[in-house]
Amino acid sequence: MFLDLFYGLRNEGVPVAIQEWQMFLRALEDGLHGCSLLRFYHLGRACLVKSETYFDSYDRVFARVFKGVEGALGDDVTEKVLEWLRDPKNFPNLSPEELAQLERLSSDELMRRFLETLEKQDGRHDGGDKWVGTGGKSPYGHGGQHPTGIRVGGPSKSRSAMKVAEERRFKDYRTDLTLDVRQLRTALRRLRQLTRSGDATELDLDETIDETCKNAGEIELVFRPPRRNDVRVLLLMDVGGTMDPYFEPVSQLLTALHEDHSLRDFQPYYFHNCVYDHLYTRARMARADAIPTGDVLRKLDGRWKVVFVGDAAMHPAELMEPYGNIDPRRTSATPGIAWLHRIAEHFDRSVWLNPEGTAYWEADTARVIRRLFPMFHLSVDGVTDALRTLVGARAHG
Amino acid sequence: MTKTNNSFRRFQGTPGYIASGPLVDAVNCAIALERPLLLKGEPGTGKTVLAKHVADGLGMPMLSWHIKSTTKAADGLYVYDTVQRLNDSRFGTGDVSDIRRYLKLGPLGETFAATERHVLLIDEIDKADLEFPNDLLRELDEMRFSIIETSEEIVAQHRPVVMITSNNEKELPDAFLRRCIFYYIEFPDVPLMRKIIDVHHPHLDAKLLDQVLIKFYWLREQNELRKKPSTSELIDWISALLRSGISIDKLESHIPFVGALLKKEQDVDALSQYDSKGGRYPKKWEELGPRYNQ
Repeated sequence: MFLDLFYGLRNEGVPVAIQEWQMFLRALEDGLHGCSLLRFYHLGRACLVKSETYFDSYDRVFARVFKGVEGALGDDVTEKVLEWLRDPKNFPNLSPEELAQLERLSSDELMRRFLETLEKQDGRHDGGDKWVGTGGKSPYGHGGQHPTGIRVGGPSKSRSAMKVAEERRFKDYRTDLTLDVRQLRTALRRLRQLTRSGDATELDLDETIDETCKNAGEIELVFRPPRRNDVRVLLLMDVGGTMDPYFEPVSQLLTALHEDHSLRDFQPYYFHNCVYDHLYTRARMARADAIPTGDVLRKLDGRWKVVFVGDAAMHPAELMEPYGNIDPRRTSATPGIAWLHRIAEHFDRSVWLNPEGTAYWEADTARVIRRLFPMFHLSVDGVTDALRTLVGARAHG
Repeated sequence: MTKTNNSFRRFQGTPGYIASGPLVDAVNCAIALERPLLLKGEPGTGKTVLAKHVADGLGMPMLSWHIKSTTKAADGLYVYDTVQRLNDSRFGTGDVSDIRRYLKLGPLGETFAATERHVLLIDEIDKADLEFPNDLLRELDEMRFSIIETSEEIVAQHRPVVMITSNNEKELPDAFLRRCIFYYIEFPDVPLMRKIIDVHHPHLDAKLLDQVLIKFYWLREQNELRKKPSTSELIDWISALLRSGISIDKLESHIPFVGALLKKEQDVDALSQYDSKGGRYPKKWEELGPRYNQ
């Protein structure tokens, strides 16, 4: 059952290393979890989960693993607990009969009782708790030896571990959910890291040596200003209909980055469903806001990084056919896909951010678009990866 | 591995710092497992102050290392003041031949060289560059380092209790995270906040305290605020209210001395706009929603 926690966490994407697991086991052996499942919950979290963005995953896994106690119990784990429980060092006062009784309990029964008792056991939880000793004393008992080494405690005011785990207080800290206004700050912090370049002022060693020599040996320090930030972002965003909820967070995020001077330049344009002959300078997409797509391509050179935001889901005809845009006011002879090709060729690097989960990327049009642009999920993690693709070193192949 | 009871001391909280049960456990766990404790949490949740209280609680002296963006890992061990030595040699003051005069131990080095066990606070570790925490790993593990200039080796006689705080400005490297015990100090809930306030403003009138907390937590619920008020701001606000002798009636329908709570101009503006549009402030806990059942 303990191992279920380890593998469960890793399957959920929480990066638990063997080293951390061993730390946790050592802590359990030392009796640091006291007598309650709640403290066990907190101890596990402190040893295994090193970022609050994974707290929610820990809660989910914990609730799952420790709920159905009568679920499959690996022999290996039970063996370890049994070994631990049987260690006479833990039970200095047990009589031989009691020890024998202990051994007679089947492994499943023992495990079930262990967990049941932990769950019922709401240990005292004020800060002044002295904890139970290590070495020489039972890991679970304050005094009084129960054959299973567990003390069933009295009632207390602290909450049960299961309730805590099921509460999922840390859901908002996750970084893999689709971006919304609450996660902006986290996203912004991460992205700033990627776009900022280097230290503050740098010592220009060559110049320093030159100047010092010219100065007859008097030290003359020369500093040079930092490299300027060079990232220019062209935002092409699908607006209207299902994309409405994402407009706010995305524009806030990129505007904040720009105002932060993390981006050298930033220009947003809008479209509906796909890029056609015209792009719009404002999200309301009025006639007056239209600008020929070709003009945008001529104005901005290949160094600009392109970020598409859209669900890439449309009727295939809207993507592949001429006059694919369904707006009767403007006709577009060139198929949307041709425009996307032109954009992909003109700019060095582009990415596509999709608010839909990856399960939806198999739709026909999404698949076609994915062949042109690397697609990422519109979440804090996805946006971080996307930006890394845009500004990072080129990958092989 | 087991230890005898008297070989490590337990932190139980101090009167001046209200720590939640899990936090006390995390501190004790870090001490018992001989690992650094990494603390994260919103600004103003008492991450930095905790180290001092742990030191007091355990009866150990404390050394602080406040990290800046320019800090290098080696500086924590020792610093060789080359510029001073160069200057001295040019202007002829001091004995330049003795290199020891120009070697100074940094905070980590001092805790190693000390004769008694220390608490070492490494504050705001995320300010330094990305590799900084990894550069410290070896020394933190082995508790020793060499001074290259004198070929001397400093070995720690007592393993310091290392407490590290981070403001979450940067992702910390994995190798470093794996070695730490981690605790995220959540913003105090209302019962805990009452205890915290009691430490700083004991015997506060119950109704006044209620109104103060209702307004405070209401403000914290407003997502449009660029910078939500924190615990230290709440405490300052109460000081201001007490000094001015505010009445509970006034407090029920207004938020006076907003500047003590909201530090960003946009936030103050947003609140005065809310005021001018006739916005109401909550008077009772029920108005804040089910989470605040008192």
